[in-house]
Amino acid sequence: MAERIRSYEITPESAWLSRRAVLGAGVAGLAAWPSHALSQDWLGQRGFAPGAPIADEAETPFEYASAYNNFYEFGSDKDDPARHAHEMTVDPWTVEVSGEVAKPGKIGIEDLLGGIDLEERIYRLRCVEAWSMVIPWIGFPVKKLIERFEPTGAAKYVAFETLVRPSEMRGQRSFFSSIDWPYVEGLRLDEAYHPLAIFAVGMYGKVLPNQNGAPLRLVVPWKYGFKSIKSIVGIRLTRRQPPTTWNLLQAREYGFYANVNPAVDHPRWSQKTERRLPSSLFAPNRIDTKPFNGYEEVAPLYAGMDLRKHF
Amino acid sequence: MNPVRTRRVDWARPALFVALATPFALLAHDFWLELQSPGAAFGADAGEAVTRYLGEWAIRMLMLTLAVSPAARLFKRPRLVRYRRVCGLFAFAYALTHFAAYLALLAGLSLRGVLEDFIERPYITVGIAGLLCLVPLAVTSTRGWQRRLGSNWRRLHRLVYAIGALACVHLLWLSKGGYGEAALYGALLIVLLGERVARIALRRRAAVGKAGKKG
Repeated sequence: MAERIRSYEITPESAWLSRRAVLGAGVAGLAAWPSHALSQDWLGQRGFAPGAPIADEAETPFEYASAYNNFYEFGSDKDDPARHAHEMTVDPWTVEVSGEVAKPGKIGIEDLLGGIDLEERIYRLRCVEAWSMVIPWIGFPVKKLIERFEPTGAAKYVAFETLVRPSEMRGQRSFFSSIDWPYVEGLRLDEAYHPLAIFAVGMYGKVLPNQNGAPLRLVVPWKYGFKSIKSIVGIRLTRRQPPTTWNLLQAREYGFYANVNPAVDHPRWSQKTERRLPSSLFAPNRIDTKPFNGYEEVAPLYAGMDLRKHF
Repeated sequence: MNPVRTRRVDWARPALFVALATPFALLAHDFWLELQSPGAAFGADAGEAVTRYLGEWAIRMLMLTLAVSPAARLFKRPRLVRYRRVCGLFAFAYALTHFAAYLALLAGLSLRGVLEDFIERPYITVGIAGLLCLVPLAVTSTRGWQRRLGSNWRRLHRLVYAIGALACVHLLWLSKGGYGEAALYGALLIVLLGERVARIALRRRAAVGKAGKKG
């Protein structure tokens, strides 16, 4: 416990940003694609439309949201990502879009963000481990990006893939990890096109910290956190339901849909309540979990489905 | 400078006590820090952090307890066995406070919640089973009980291996993606148990050999 990271011990943002720039420049020299290294303050320069706060629910302070993470690529402890994610090079960064699209291809993150209006979305994040946060993300609807690649009529699902780079992601070098990298996730296309589903590039008014899934991550607020895949390098439109990492590991525990649902219990954690972080000893902040994490407007997506079966 | 020659003080015992109690002391210090400013010591999810910390120390103390007699044999220091009881009692103390932390901080003091967890979540079932098995061992750890139970005492206290296995399974089943810790303690348990099994087997073979010669 003495070795727990305090917020002031974490590498200052300016330091890791400049280190990133140096690393990025080095790799860019070797890489085939052109790189326009993103300036440190690119998000501040571009600006974004501010989001509406959630009534009666306070934002989780940045120190907690950036220090308590599940990102198994960097280790299985909650403080591993904050400690080790700075080792990941996020600039340059390319995303490959493939599958059932008219215009497949690789695209650099700068081009990908070109012409897209950024907006803030203040969302609840509910982890399957029965804790939750409220995070102000900065991003844009998933639909906006996917439509650019012109999905064909056969596209029914979207599959996402995280970076695999064991040299910079120590969790991927771990002998004891049971995860088969890359981490993969997926959504039905109509879920991905729901206006609440976004790609995030920032949070708390700043560029995403690496441990939160820089430079591009998914945020699907009505599903358990593991669906919101981080550090995306691949987007594939498919005809069939794509495999998803936790479902492959434990199908009994983690379904494809993984909608937040207090009525469907998990073999490890009761899903009836959650600890809204920060949860201190003297104020555990235990609250009831709401169906779809309080985003009931997505319910029509699942009309006629037995959500106990399709959990 | 040695006025009392007749009563040699065994400094190892208080030193060991202090060492075994140190994780509790560090936790108390962190509680104090946490009182000054919430989040300073335990981070975003204090209940999880405290419960986990106590659980980690419980399994470490349990492994330490199991290692005492093999160590005594290995280093030919039979008197080391005297310190086994205090190790075991500390293992029990950490396991009990681990459960108390889970009950108060994670289960919200809801007995219904605990009952539901006990029935529906296998890792909690084995965790609570392990703790319950520790109770009779802690109670009968005194010299008086040792005398009263005679040879049954040894038999009863072999339960500690089952408890070690339950603790490892508890850790394995609650781990979500990284199995390093569970594998480490599991391997340790196998080594410690293997040492005894091998020793007993050797002794039996020796006894059979002798009996063979006689007959």
